[in-house]
Amino acid sequence: MQIWGDLPLLILLLVTALGAVIVRDLIGAVLILGSYSFFLALCWAWMGSPDVAFTEAVVGSGMSTVLFLFALFQTVPQEDPSSHRDTPWFVALGLGVLGLLLLYGAIDLPRFGDIAAPANAYLSPTYIQQSLEQMNTPNIVTAILMDYRSLDTLIETAVVFTAGVACALLLRRHDS
Amino acid sequence: MFENLLSPNFTTFITLFIFGLTIMVTHHNLIKKLIGMYLVQTSIIFFLVTIGAKSGSTVPILLSAAGPIEPHVYANPLPHALVVTAIVVGVSTLGVSLGLTIAIFRRYGSLEEDEILKRLE
Repeated sequence: MQIWGDLPLLILLLVTALGAVIVRDLIGAVLILGSYSFFLALCWAWMGSPDVAFTEAVVGSGMSTVLFLFALFQTVPQEDPSSHRDTPWFVALGLGVLGLLLLYGAIDLPRFGDIAAPANAYLSPTYIQQSLEQMNTPNIVTAILMDYRSLDTLIETAVVFTAGVACALLLRRHDS
Repeated sequence: MFENLLSPNFTTFITLFIFGLTIMVTHHNLIKKLIGMYLVQTSIIFFLVTIGAKSGSTVPILLSAAGPIEPHVYANPLPHALVVTAIVVGVSTLGVSLGLTIAIFRRYGSLEEDEILKRLE
């Protein structure tokens, strides 16, 4: 895995992100956002995480696009061009300073793809070596998600259920 | 020391994060604000997956059960397990915020922040 190997995908990511914001027709913007999600899934597959790529392709690229389109069909699909004003100077300054701080923090991060980085050397070798013996699942991500952290996954489904209930309560129509 | 600044993945993360945050602050259309929120969410997930990448490794699915398992052959599975949950929860929050947007539109008849503020008074 070379450091520049996914550069075409990253350029496509930035271009589609820019396109999703520039386009004034909101349905077009949402469809471009769906393609952004898909390129993101390809990036993750390139970095060796097929589980994340599948989830992003199904949930991010498919489901969230459908949700956006559902919302747009019930509202107006056009952005009002007159409403866009100039950015106040302190907002631009604050975001610029934040970007510089993030760049400054990136200097101290471990190198991309470093095998000896703390995130890769501290705990994860234990999971890689012992998950098959303990859980009998060859896919390590599934073993962590469904066996070691199964309570977390249960509570995650509770979160999704709560979101569904909240949407149903928000969108019910009052007949009175 | 500065090799991380040359790494395209970290700079892409920072660009997407700042870009999404800018859209959330400066755009006045509620759907555009949600698109910015989605960009911020996905950029942070992108960063976590980048941290877990190992050069020369394959996907975290064991190739064979026989013999000792070498950790450097497989990508780091912990960020992946964390991030799969984060994607699903992110889409749930997106769904609730879109529901709120529809409710706002039914009440005030607009998606533009200025219009809504005007009609609130």
